[in-house]
Amino acid sequence: MTKTYPKASRPSLDNVSVSIEKGEFVFFIGPSGSGKSTIIKMLLHEVTPNKGRVVVNGKDVTSMRSWKRPHFRRSIGCVFQDFRLLPNRTAYENVAFALEVIGKTKAVARRVVPEVLELVGLGGKEHRYPHELSGGEQQRVAVARAFVNRPLILLADEPTGNLDPDTSIEIMRLLDRINRTGTTVVMVTHDSNIVNQMRRRVVEIESGRIVRDQHRGVYG
Amino acid sequence: MRMKYVLSEVLVGLWRNVTMTIAMIITMAVSLFMLGGSGLLYQKVGDMKDLYYENVEVSIFLKTDVSEQQRTDLDSKLKGDPLVKEVTYVNKDEAYNRFKQMYADAPDLVNAVKPDQLPESFRLKLKNPEQYKNIYDQYKDTEGVDEIVDQSKLLDKVFGVLTGIQNFALAIAIVMAVAALLLVANTIQVAAYSKRREVAVMKLVGASNWFIQAPFVLEAVVAGLFGSILGLLALIGVKLVAGGGSLAALEGLITPISWSEILLTFPLMAAVGGLVSAVTAWVTLRFYLRV
Repeated sequence: MTKTYPKASRPSLDNVSVSIEKGEFVFFIGPSGSGKSTIIKMLLHEVTPNKGRVVVNGKDVTSMRSWKRPHFRRSIGCVFQDFRLLPNRTAYENVAFALEVIGKTKAVARRVVPEVLELVGLGGKEHRYPHELSGGEQQRVAVARAFVNRPLILLADEPTGNLDPDTSIEIMRLLDRINRTGTTVVMVTHDSNIVNQMRRRVVEIESGRIVRDQHRGVYG
Repeated sequence: MRMKYVLSEVLVGLWRNVTMTIAMIITMAVSLFMLGGSGLLYQKVGDMKDLYYENVEVSIFLKTDVSEQQRTDLDSKLKGDPLVKEVTYVNKDEAYNRFKQMYADAPDLVNAVKPDQLPESFRLKLKNPEQYKNIYDQYKDTEGVDEIVDQSKLLDKVFGVLTGIQNFALAIAIVMAVAALLLVANTIQVAAYSKRREVAVMKLVGASNWFIQAPFVLEAVVAGLFGSILGLLALIGVKLVAGGGSLAALEGLITPISWSEILLTFPLMAAVGGLVSAVTAWVTLRFYLRV
């Protein structure tokens, strides 16, 4: 597929074709501006390609009407570099909010949220506010929020970008554990340490083109 | 739980920006008050037109030297005219009697006038009072006719004033509505900005569009409804004040506005207030939130 942003001199993604299997763990690497984030946006149906198709979970996202987007998003979890937590809500409330706004009852939240917070290693810190948590812990809350709805796919856009190396590795262990539950994990990063340690599939993008697609790859 | 969430969001939203909310409600109230008032006036003018025009007459005054032949010709012509509902002939004596009645409190004037000096006339009721012009054109040159007078011309002036007041009220209603509209748009933008983090998360995790928008739209609708209630109270206040005071003198001329008529304008005001707010909020959100 190809995506050209208006006013851009060259396409952000130029004739890129990638296929990701269910349950895979894929790194997208490449320098800033190479088009990695555009891929995430396309998977989220935030932007649509000018040419080509994006198929997620067997559904053609390209032709999806925008009113169907909310429901589609429920099958995808998202984690970002800046955590995007609500500052006036506790860890528990942040995760529960994600459930409640898609129509789950408080009873469901009471059952599921402690479970998922335990899974990400935040047992006992449910009632802390984001500013009372470390960066790594905040990112764990964000992962818990992304995963609480048991999505088929977890998108992570530079999730370790704001974290120190040790904390980054802990977050990666967490993502790895989530991947083992059968969730497909797509992660955009330029953290070479992490890529080299994980030894997973690596897709390298440069100037909108795929220059490498390697199983059990390294940062190169 | 979802309904409860939405409602609590609405209240929190209105309270968070309470000065803006008050401004929004007041402008809305003034606009709807003017709209309601203009609606009532429109109704009244309609009622009064029916009442007055029903009784309005066109008088064809005859020349003093009119001949017997001319008079009977005119009489039969008028009786055969499809525009005319009813013809009454008023001879000099009857005219004098009417004159005496009319100026009973000015005996000098009555004494100075002799029955002979008053013209004979035909009094016509028209099927449609607005067709006066046709009658006038048709008979003004008939022999023996001196002058044709239409009472409805006077009424037209009265109604012209009333319609003017009504249009003025409507114009103010529209201007205030524009101000209210802009305030709603602004309030919604501020509200959406102060909740941008929540909205971003909601979009991310796939909350439905209506669920994201509902609190904002309802916030505007609640303000609109409050505005319409205030507008209704203002109308009631005007009736209370005017009923006992200055406008009571006009009671005979203007048919009084009943309580039920005032209360019946409320659904109109509430519907306009609520709907305009809702649509404005929704359009604002479409530009501002892009959900």
